Amino acid sequence: MRVVSIAAAAAAGAATAFASTSALAQTAAKIDPADTAWMISATALVLMMTIPGLALFYAGMVRKKNVLATMAQSLVATALCSILWAGLGYTLAFGGDAPLLGTLDRVLLRGMGMDAVSPFAKTIPEALFMLYHMAFAVITVALVAGSVADRMRFSAFLWFAALWLIVVYVPIAHWVWGGGFLAAAGMLDFAGGTVVHLDAGVAGLVAAIVLGARLGYGSDNFAPHDLSLAVIGTGLLWVGWFGFNGGSALAANSRAVFAILATHLAASTGALTWMALEWWTRGKPSVLGMISGAVAGLGTITPASGFVLPWHGVIIGLIAGAMCFWSCTRLKRFWGYDDSLDVFGVHGIGGATGTLLVGVFAVSAVGGTAGWLEGNGSQVLIQLYGIAVTMAWSATATFVLLKAISIFIPLRVDKQSEIEGLDVTQHGEALQ
Amino acid sequence: MKLIIAIIKPFKLEDVRDALTAIGVRGMTVTEVKGYGRQKGHTEIYRGAEYAVNFLPKIRIEIAVAADEADKVVEAISAAAKTGQIGDGKIFVAPIEQAVRIRTGETDAGAL
Repeated sequence: MRVVSIAAAAAAGAATAFASTSALAQTAAKIDPADTAWMISATALVLMMTIPGLALFYAGMVRKKNVLATMAQSLVATALCSILWAGLGYTLAFGGDAPLLGTLDRVLLRGMGMDAVSPFAKTIPEALFMLYHMAFAVITVALVAGSVADRMRFSAFLWFAALWLIVVYVPIAHWVWGGGFLAAAGMLDFAGGTVVHLDAGVAGLVAAIVLGARLGYGSDNFAPHDLSLAVIGTGLLWVGWFGFNGGSALAANSRAVFAILATHLAASTGALTWMALEWWTRGKPSVLGMISGAVAGLGTITPASGFVLPWHGVIIGLIAGAMCFWSCTRLKRFWGYDDSLDVFGVHGIGGATGTLLVGVFAVSAVGGTAGWLEGNGSQVLIQLYGIAVTMAWSATATFVLLKAISIFIPLRVDKQSEIEGLDVTQHGEALQ
Repeated sequence: MKLIIAIIKPFKLEDVRDALTAIGVRGMTVTEVKGYGRQKGHTEIYRGAEYAVNFLPKIRIEIAVAADEADKVVEAISAAAKTGQIGDGKIFVAPIEQAVRIRTGETDAGAL
């Protein structure tokens, strides 16, 4: 069980209050083969979500001249953030339960022996726990890239990815999952509604605004060059999400299965909802709409998946489909920002919505914490607090980082390169 | 010699090829092209963003034939490519000044 729920129960005055402190002591726990086997599989599933899942999902939605550059962002986010996570990110996120940041005890994986276990997951090797969360860090950074697709300079993206991981992702992961102040406040986020989706969505929105709209935005044809790639990517994301949400139980147990079931139902409902709304308002049910709805459902159920009943997934998927459809088609046009691949519209809005809804629907028999419907109305306020903190930190730090990087490297490619396409100008390659 | 250029709907290509083969046409050049005429384009919608697609995909067929065969070829293409709907395409006939078969060096009628 994840420490957020333990801490949440403690905040609610439950008898497990002492568990949250004793759990952090390095006890000689027994490594469970079943849990370990499941978590190895779940880790692979989550990594598959970024490469090739997200790479295909994003690359299918851009124009043909930017396909490789878009894939390169997912690929390099994986490689770069993996090394940074193992070297520094993990220890700052999960190496201690101070309110603001972890310690440097595990820097460069120091002291992480074969039989080491993390206090957050006492039945699997700590190296596996580190690896599982590495895949989360990777996909969060890769998600942000969708907002600045078609125009960000590759070298600037590399700096941004590295710094954003350490400055934005790691602290929020610590606050929510690593025993930080949001965990202590009792905030619920099973698999990353705030840490992954809202965090990335807000950063994407800020980055899209700082970089500015693509040349020809609103007048030129930006139609996706090959949505079939995006459909394949969505399938990989959807299946991978079983590891993302199911694995967040950190054990091979019923809670993992409930999380997977709620996840699958939410994805299905999200896809159908977006399809129906588009059919109704636009006359045709587009394939892009169906996959967007599925990803919206997946992102939105993420924080709730291990705290609610499977049927809540249907309700949450329905709300997710409607909210994200509205934000991508109305809110975006109203504000006029150019979030290329709707990272904010799908992941930001979805992550915030799901994080709020877990406060409404949480069932104590599932995750140990009751929500509003079970009489614990204050949980909604705690969730709102977590959403506000995540948004504020992600927005502020992302803005400062981008401005700082832009002192040394232009964030955007020059106009001519943007017209020619990033594939050939950034990477010297092109699809024929 | 005449050069016959036909712009047709893509899904009619096989019908046209069959019709031309039936009247003895032994070769043609086919290109995927885009364009518009009276059919104009259509609108595509991606997550609420509407794009007008002005150029529709068409197939361009080029056939070089002896002058006295041109009418027959034009009729065959017309019959095979016709759906009666807007956007069926057009056929142009132009004179050819010279033709050369690269392999043998034959010219004009012998090169067709």
